[in-house]
Amino acid sequence: MTNIHSTAAQMSAALAAKEISSVELTQQHLDRISAVDGDVHAFLYVDTEGALAQAKAADELRASGKEISPLTGVPLALKDVLAQKGVPTTCGSKMLEGWRPPYDSTVVTKLKEAGVVILGKTNMDEFAMGSSTENSAYGPTHNPWDLTRIPGGSGGGSAAALAAFEAPLAIGTDTGGSIRQPAAVTGTVGVKPTYGGVSRYGLVAFSSSLDQAGPCARTVLDTALLHEVIAGHDERDSTSINQLVPQVVAAAKKLDVKGMKIGVVKELSGEGYQSGVSQRFQESLDLLVEAGAEIVEVSCPNFEYALAAYYLIAPSEASSNLARFDSMRYGIRIGDDGTVGAEEVMRRTRHLGFGPEVKRRIILGTYALSSGYYDAYYGSAQKVRTLLKQDYERAFEKADVLVSPTCPTTAFKIGEKSDDPLAMYLNDVATIPVNMAGIGGMSLPCGLAPEDGLPVGFQIMSPVMQDDRLYRVGATLEAALLSKWGKPLLANAPELAVR
Amino acid sequence: MPMNYEQATAAYEPTLGLEVHVELNTKSKMFCSCATEFGAEPNTQTCPVCLGLPGSLPVVNAMAIESTILIGLALNCSIAPFSRFARKNYFYPDMPKNFQTSQYDEPICVDGYLDVEIETDEGPKTFRVDIERVHMEEDTGKSLHVGGSTGRIHGAEYSLLDYNRAGIPLVEIVTRIVPGTGKYAPLVARAYVTELRDILRSLGVSDVKMEQGSLRCDVNLSLAPIGSDKLGTRSETKNVNSLRSVERAVSGEFVRQANRLESGERIVQETRHFLEESGETRPGRSKETAEDYRYFPEPDLVPVTPDADWIEELRKSLPEKPSLRRKRLQEEWNVPAKEMESMVNAELLDVVEETVKLGADATRARSWWLGEVSRLANEKEVAPTTLINANQVAEVIALIVTGELTDKLARQVVEGVINGEGTPREVIDKRGLKVVSDDSALMIAIEAAIAAQPDTAERVRGGNLPAAGALIGAVMKATGGQADAAKVRELLLKHLGQS
Repeated sequence: MTNIHSTAAQMSAALAAKEISSVELTQQHLDRISAVDGDVHAFLYVDTEGALAQAKAADELRASGKEISPLTGVPLALKDVLAQKGVPTTCGSKMLEGWRPPYDSTVVTKLKEAGVVILGKTNMDEFAMGSSTENSAYGPTHNPWDLTRIPGGSGGGSAAALAAFEAPLAIGTDTGGSIRQPAAVTGTVGVKPTYGGVSRYGLVAFSSSLDQAGPCARTVLDTALLHEVIAGHDERDSTSINQLVPQVVAAAKKLDVKGMKIGVVKELSGEGYQSGVSQRFQESLDLLVEAGAEIVEVSCPNFEYALAAYYLIAPSEASSNLARFDSMRYGIRIGDDGTVGAEEVMRRTRHLGFGPEVKRRIILGTYALSSGYYDAYYGSAQKVRTLLKQDYERAFEKADVLVSPTCPTTAFKIGEKSDDPLAMYLNDVATIPVNMAGIGGMSLPCGLAPEDGLPVGFQIMSPVMQDDRLYRVGATLEAALLSKWGKPLLANAPELAVR
Repeated sequence: MPMNYEQATAAYEPTLGLEVHVELNTKSKMFCSCATEFGAEPNTQTCPVCLGLPGSLPVVNAMAIESTILIGLALNCSIAPFSRFARKNYFYPDMPKNFQTSQYDEPICVDGYLDVEIETDEGPKTFRVDIERVHMEEDTGKSLHVGGSTGRIHGAEYSLLDYNRAGIPLVEIVTRIVPGTGKYAPLVARAYVTELRDILRSLGVSDVKMEQGSLRCDVNLSLAPIGSDKLGTRSETKNVNSLRSVERAVSGEFVRQANRLESGERIVQETRHFLEESGETRPGRSKETAEDYRYFPEPDLVPVTPDADWIEELRKSLPEKPSLRRKRLQEEWNVPAKEMESMVNAELLDVVEETVKLGADATRARSWWLGEVSRLANEKEVAPTTLINANQVAEVIALIVTGELTDKLARQVVEGVINGEGTPREVIDKRGLKVVSDDSALMIAIEAAIAAQPDTAERVRGGNLPAAGALIGAVMKATGGQADAAKVRELLLKHLGQS
């Protein structure tokens, strides 16, 4: 019998076999959310009525005998950065408090078309800026493995919802690691598809040239099923790639890596990486070798500049993208007391509406784009981007996929790095190059670090529009780990208090 | 005593520069599918994209690109194989995103020219105006500042915003500096804008209505003492909304600057507003402290890379240059330059040409369109071509030529057609306007007239031809004015042995 601990694929099968209805399945998850989310705080908004209505429609669709998606009727948690018509969308910011978009993002349209049930909107760092979800204007999300720890960020809400069994599927967005790093520290799976693989229409932009929405779940196959629902060309997004979606579900079922060359990126190891992280990563490589893969070492010498370049490009684009939040047309308005002009109202609203990290990045970006500094900062950062792409191209000549630990460390304590933005930024050192080059990346759990018993993430990287390779390698490693452990990693997580 | 225009031009040499903004007449906006109709209810032609709602993304209008390339080709520009949009960042409530998407350092058309001819004291002279660039951008919304004395946002009680115009495709055509125009600077400026307007009209890419703002001109002018090789400080005059205003703005600014320089004051680099009533300019925004727009390439759009074959196809499709066409038609029709000018200014050249092509002689075609039809159109305050078409006018003219209609009857026919009474034939039938051309019927009337005035008839027989007028008048009266007077005269004189 299926329950909230089942995989999405199992839920799909149970729905197909009429063992459970989508309404029942959805209600189970809504009950779970109300039982545990007081402690976890994965959700900013739970759309109880909307979800049940969608579930009912999904059941009717199934009963009609029409062709349906494998995920019809399966519930999902949506990161609050994606527009859903009529449902509050805050991006974790005070600025958008109360805003209900009059339109659906393309990702939401595709989910609705597939009959996926959207439970609600998940917590995130304000405008996706952060690695811990502590920058949410609505309070942090807690890691289900240890409620005193961060669930990663910016998509900590989506990852925590999966780890807390509040939803079997979730949507995240990844600008510098916001899908993969939360997946790593919560023992879940997350994929950042190739840039342009999933439409950005309706994704509230942080950094347009880096942002990418992607699928999150507890298994590689579930992630693949969701990937195929949301991916594909969209004429509303000029940067979306007009090509067939890679066959990721088939790849996730292949469970065969014989003859594949797996490149270990030399620069993403060693100093700064927690010993338990390196140990679990190494063990996973051994499992892949046992499965028939060949390990090669590759060097990406320009990766050392990736973080610095990222922190010029992303804030630059953000400073422009976030200019529209001026209180004139939507969102909150502060200080419009009739005595001051529009400019002053904009200033007051932006002063109180944005949190400190968002302001920090707006200031950084504004500075980097300023006349006289543009070439030295934004211009140089773009050159680094080209070099990073070349590093990857050369590495992919030697290997089919590249791998690394997803993050240097396991989940840190809430508050631990709040006053040290640089330490926080370093958390994304291994995930950022993927965004800078626009390639695909996956994180899947590869064990618990012996020193703290917390999940470790294994990152796989694939060339542009070869996302199927992520799933092929990921699913093979997942199967090997599962047979070694005898049970899923999340089975080791502590029971959450039910209230 | 302040200097007048003659004194100013005797002492100073002007350097002219012109920036023309053209609203394209594409059906949809630059980056979304909203309608572009002029004069719709405020904020009815908007969507998430042109309102800059969070998450929305632009998509370039292919028709706008085609129109811009056509403009570039008609202005002898090179078409860039690779051009990009950039973001121009500044805050203003009528800009939904607080940045304008505009081409910046990589425009689509560069390095063209336009030759314009003006009348000088020494006869016609051609000036070459070099075109620096032609680029695409989006228009902003419209603000209406209510209350306050200046009509500007500062000091206004409140402001109204209409975003219908936000996102309308604009093309900006920028000249290089035009040196050596001397006292003819105002005429050169006017001739340039006139010729440009005619070209745009012939391409069919814009309504080019200066009074509706679909063609807007900024005039840049600087002065230097004659013989000096230095350029002076320039001012930029905006709000120049008619061809006549272009001329007046240049001459007005010429005199203002000359007087300032003469009295030892310096010219401030600033934006000035043209005042229609006085022909003077008043200061606007100072440009002494350069505003930093923090331009950077628009990451939401892919570069514009028009296919070379397509460009050649467009080049082949270019219509005849308006200046050449005017020369050709002037020769073919043998009309004075002034007449040509009035046809062009009344926007009737096309329809007159069409009427001529349908068999009418040029003189009649011209005089009907500029005369009776225009008079009726003025009364109704509409364009002449909305009342009657070339076919109908050509038919009326043919009936005059064959003698079936007199000019007087023809006017009634035209009036009938305009009143919606049907085709010229139908009007003639319904109103019974046919000329009495049956000789025997006329002869009866002629004989009756002779019988009534035997003395007069005798004088005509005796060679006093002017006396025939009284008899002709009697015949015309008898036939209710429907006879062709020339015909009556011919028959009468013949009958009285005088032809």
